[in-house]
This record gives sequence, C-alpha cells and structure tokens, in this order.
Amino acid sequence: MAKVDYEIPETREFPVIPSVMEGAMAHSSPFVASEEFQSGMGFPSPEEPGQLIEGWKERFLELMKDKLGKYRSLQVFMDTCVKCGACTDKCHYFIGTADPKNMPVARQDLLRKVYRRYFTFAGKYFPKLVGAVDLTEEVIKDMYSYFHQCSECRRCAVFCPFGIDTAEVTMAARDMLAKIGMGQKYSNQIIPKVHKIGNNLGLPEPALVDTLEGLEEEVEEDINVKVRFPLDEKGAEILLVTPSADFFAEPHIDGLIGYAKVFHATGVTWTLSSKASEAGNFGLFIGSYEHMREISLRIRDAAKELGVRRLVFGECGHAWRVAYNHLNTLAGPWDFLDQNYPIPQHILEYTKDALDRNLLTIDKSENDHMTLTFHDSCNIARASRIGDTPGSQFTTPRQVIQAVCNNYHDMAKDTIHDATFCCGGGGGLLTDDLMELRIKGAQPRMESLKNVVSDHGVTHMAAICAICKSQFTKVLPYYGMTMDQIVSVHQLVSNAIILEGQGEEADDSDEADEAA
Amino acid sequence: MSALSILYVILFYVAMITLVAGITNKMLQYKRVPAPLKIAVTPAPLTRTGVVYRFFTEVVLFNSLFRATKWTWIFGFMFHASLLLAFFRHLRYVISPDSILWPLVNNMVVQSFGHYAGFAMLVGLLGLFGRRIFVDRVRYISSPSDYLMLILIMGIAGTGLSIVYVAHTDIVQLKAFIMGLFLFDWQNLPGDPILLAHLTMVLFLAVIFPISKLMHAPGLFMAPTRYQIDNPREKRHLSPWGAEIEAKDGRNS
Repeated sequence: MAKVDYEIPETREFPVIPSVMEGAMAHSSPFVASEEFQSGMGFPSPEEPGQLIEGWKERFLELMKDKLGKYRSLQVFMDTCVKCGACTDKCHYFIGTADPKNMPVARQDLLRKVYRRYFTFAGKYFPKLVGAVDLTEEVIKDMYSYFHQCSECRRCAVFCPFGIDTAEVTMAARDMLAKIGMGQKYSNQIIPKVHKIGNNLGLPEPALVDTLEGLEEEVEEDINVKVRFPLDEKGAEILLVTPSADFFAEPHIDGLIGYAKVFHATGVTWTLSSKASEAGNFGLFIGSYEHMREISLRIRDAAKELGVRRLVFGECGHAWRVAYNHLNTLAGPWDFLDQNYPIPQHILEYTKDALDRNLLTIDKSENDHMTLTFHDSCNIARASRIGDTPGSQFTTPRQVIQAVCNNYHDMAKDTIHDATFCCGGGGGLLTDDLMELRIKGAQPRMESLKNVVSDHGVTHMAAICAICKSQFTKVLPYYGMTMDQIVSVHQLVSNAIILEGQGEEADDSDEADEAA
Repeated sequence: MSALSILYVILFYVAMITLVAGITNKMLQYKRVPAPLKIAVTPAPLTRTGVVYRFFTEVVLFNSLFRATKWTWIFGFMFHASLLLAFFRHLRYVISPDSILWPLVNNMVVQSFGHYAGFAMLVGLLGLFGRRIFVDRVRYISSPSDYLMLILIMGIAGTGLSIVYVAHTDIVQLKAFIMGLFLFDWQNLPGDPILLAHLTMVLFLAVIFPISKLMHAPGLFMAPTRYQIDNPREKRHLSPWGAEIEAKDGRNS
C-alpha cells in the first residue's frame, strides 16, 4: 500500500511533553456505520449515516442514566475527578498530537460536562461555574471524534490518584453514541461477522481448512516434521482460541506455527474451532456487555461441542483482557473443564510451564541474528496476568523470550510494564480511516524503540498482540524502520525449538517430497 | 444568647447534617450501582489484605500521583498532610483534657509540626493554584470552580493563621460554643470578624462537599479499578443485572 503523507512526529532521545494545540485533531473521526452495519448490530439507524436518530437528545440522556445505574465505575469516575492534571501528559495520542482533548481528563470531560449539566446540582444551577454544558449536536460530534481517539489502553488509569479509567468512559460513550445512530463502521462491520461466521475476518470454515493444511505442508517442508494444525477435532485435550489474524497475517502466522510446535513437542492433543475461530472480542471496544457476552458464549459452545478439557488463548492483547477478566463472568461457569489448569490459560503460561519442565529442546542460537526487545501490550500489562503472581504479565513473556534468544534488551523503564505505551492502533482504531491518528499515536512507542535500536543494537521488537503486530507492521516504515522488525513471541519460540526428528532425513529438504 | 450565636448554632447543624447526609447518600448511591465486570488495573493484589495495602499506598503516600508528577505530588501532599495535622489540632475544641482521646491532640507531632501546618497548607495550595495558571495542560482543564475551591481553602487557612498569629480570639469561649453544640447546651460564640469568616467558610465547604469534587476523598475507595481483587479466573464475578441476562436465555447453564 502506498504511503500517504502525514506529518510524522519527531522521535527524540528524551520524551518531550508538547504544548497544547487546540483543535489539532478535531478533523480526525472514523467512518460512521451505515444503516446496514447499524442494524446488523441491533442499533438504530438515522436516515443518513452521520446524522442522529429522532429524539436523540432524550435518548442519549436516558441511556446515560441507565449506564450510571449499571456501571459503578462510570458513576464514581464522573464524580471523583479533581482535575489534578496527573493524567494530562500520559496519553500517547496527546503526546503524538498535542490536541488537548486527547488528554485523558479532557476526554472524560466531554461526557462529564454533560453529566454535570443534567445529573448534578451544581451543573443544573451553576453550569458555567463547573464547566457544565448543554447536550448539543456539536457536543455529540466532538464525542464521536475524540472517543475514537482513545485506544482504551488504561495508561492514564495507572497514574490517576483516584483510579479513574478513561477506557470505562470511552466504552460507555461509544455505546451510547451507537444507540443514537453514531456507531463506528469498523467495529460494527466486524462484530456481525464473528456472530455469523466465527471470526473477525469473515474467514469461512473451508478457507480455514485450506489455510491450516497449507501451514502443515509449509512446516513439514521446513523442518521435515509433521506438525498438525487440527480443526474441530472432538475429544482433543485443548481448545486453542487465537486471533484470526494468526491464520494469515505476518508476523502473526509465525506465532501460530510456534504454538503448534509447542503443542507438538509436549505431546498434547489440541484443536482449533471453526465456530470460535477468533479470540478477539470487539464487544469490549464498543462498550457493549451484550455483544461481548454473545462473542464469549461462542467459545463456551465450541468447548462443549468439542468436549475439550482445557482452554488456551493465543497471542492477543484485548482478547486476553476479555478472556482473563470477563470470560468467567460472561460465559462461565467453566465447571465442565479440567479445574487443575487456569481457565482460560494463556499460551505463554503453557509454553513457560513446558520450558520449566524441560519438555522443549531449544537452540537459542537460531535467534542469534536478532537482538530483541519486548513491547508490553496495554491490555495484557494493565488488565491481566500471565502467571500466578501480580506482574507475571511482564515477567513471563520476557522469561520465554530469554529462554529462546540470547540477545535481549528492555526499552526505557517508564515505557514498559504497566507504564507501557499503546501501539497506537488498539481499542477499535486499527482502521485505515484513522491512519493519521495511528501514526501519531505510535510516536511514544517508536521513540523508545528507536532509542534501544541506536543505543543497544536492538533489531526486533516482539509482541503478544495481534493488533500491536498489525499496527507496527504498518507504522514502523513511517518512522524509518522496516515492517519485519516486529515479531511474534512464539515466532521466536518456533525458530529455536527443535522437534524430535527435525531435519533427520535430508538437511536440504527435497521440494518434490510430497507431504501426505 | 446573642442573635449571632443562635445563627451560628443553626448554621452549624445545617452544615453538619448536609455534610453527613450528603456523603452518606452519595456513598449509598455508589454502593447501589453494581460493578458488572472485573476491571482492576493490574498489577493488582490477589487478596483482600493486598487491597488494603494498595489503598494505604494511595491514601497515605499518594503513590500513583507520585509516579505521575512530582510537582503536583509535592504540593498536593503538603496540603493534605497539613490538613490532617490541622484537623488534629482542631480536635482540642471538642475533646477535654480529661478525655481518653486527649493524647490525640496533646502529642509531640500535633503540637510541634501542627503549629506550623497552616503555613505549609498555604504553600501547598499556592503551588496547586500556580500550576492551574502556569501549566497549559492544567489551565485547559480547569473550570472556575477549580480555582474557587483553592481560594476558599486558602481563605480558611489564612483566617485560621490570623487567629493564631494576628488577632487572637477567646478560645475558651469558642470551645464552650463548640462543646455546647455536641451537648445541645448552646453557648455564646465570640464575635471576632476573622473567626466568623473562618467558620463561615468552613461551613460553606462542608455544605458543598457532597456536591463537589471534594467527593474524591470518599469516592476514591469506590473505584473498582483499585478495590477489586485480581482473581477473575478463580472466582466468578457476576452482577445482579448480568445474572438477569443469563437467566433469560439460559446459555450459561
């Protein structure tokens, strides 16, 4: 795809907080869902996309009242902000764009000023004093724009003295906007595909079968071992649920090969499901409990139908957030699975355990052509664990990487672990109509990456999130790096793992040798 | 009893009732609203004790704010710590020397540092005010009420300091007045203008507490991001309305 000309933010040796530039990103707004996609989601559609339904104002306030009564987070967060400013320089979109409405508190205020006007004493009687405003079309437009300049990454929530999480506000706002006719096209187009076909890409079962067969052949050609990629195999021990990008995108697919090799080496039976051929759950992004539940229930149904004993998730950030935190709530109880294992389990927990028990034969030198760093994905860092202890979401991936690679170096301390920066494409923003935002929002991460590249000879950045991987593939070139500098963690595992019988027959593998 | 004293007796009761009822009402509202999903910001504690420790670091040390911005932390911490000391110093108006609670007032920390807490409080408040003016990002998010709140508290601190260092009031009579409020045995209030200004502003602060951002103090404990235990895989979390949805379609059984 041709590179479009955007003003690429500078990357510097030390981060600099920009001076505010009002309206810098006021033009940024994703495509609004057309009637087809709105109705596919059960959302109302106005006559013209981008317009509002009749009686939108009353409806919005009614929805808001409902949300305030259903989500403690929203109700409390609307009240407790003191405008201390702690979050103002923490959002990657603010750092990359300088637009003050991309400061987390200002983003929340888009909704808070309406909350104050209609739901609080001070705002009802002294609106000017407390910055309360009437709900107008202009306010709605602003909300649509700026609540789609938030990737729900929660970096602001880490630094807020009151634990206010802008993601909660963004999710609530997006849901209300969709219900007055302003749904976002990207997410609303994808979710019905999951409901109907089973994955975000709309990859039907036959295509999936083809892809997996192709992969088996490819791996066999490569290492001369038949590594299986089973689909819908009843009675398998493990159901693997992985983002559908793992089936076709680079470097995701190399990660999928890595999972398969680990399963192969540990001798466990496993399967993918055509029905639950997607780990991602965009219901989270649009703030819809119902859609998020519906998508989660596919996994329950698939696990029951296939009679599996364990549930393992592939490398995907927000999917792991939903799986780890919400799967039990939305699609539980999971009493029919083997209770001796975490439900669900992260693929890295599985691999780490296999490494600890010496079940894998590893040749680290296979990754010697690379020096790695690790990008903590926002949802994993700030909304999950990968292991038994708090913070294992940081240590487990690094331990696995260092178990399969000789060269590793972390990025700057204030840009990793729970202070990690979002890739710039998370939270339902991974769409071409938001390219400028994605490039600018990637600036803080690109800056810290560039610094370890120049100071420590880092050549590649590993990630465990499908969105991060896709986003970096796209934006790395804008920052003077190459798209193949982003790799999957299980791609590194795949490189280093030596399977039994690997390369036994002929080292220069015979192309004509047919795979059975 | 003077008319002025009667007025202040009434104002005190109205303000205290508004404060307590208002905060209680708000907290009950928060309690009533369920948290449908697990949203702890991780790394998060795995046990209830861990959550208590997490709040300790937040409430006592302002841990997150410290990580976020050192300047705001310095001024904010200075203000809040002084406020705490000032609170303890003021306890002498409601506790008698023969009470078992008297050591709360009559101790080294309160009597030495507490004496100067008012100044530290003013410095903290001025710092917080300054950042609203000089930091463009904070200026952008500040409403008139944000400035006025600081001015109001500066007024309270300023008049308080004046009573101590400039124009003394009859504190024996003041104590009698305050104790009288608790015992429903109402006494006269000294009529010094500075004292009246001090009390009026304090009462006003109490009245607006439940309807303003001052609710951050109790509200802090109600943030699911901070109070939730990180155990979603081990323990199923389900809200009443989530359970209703389940009951309707039975797909979770």
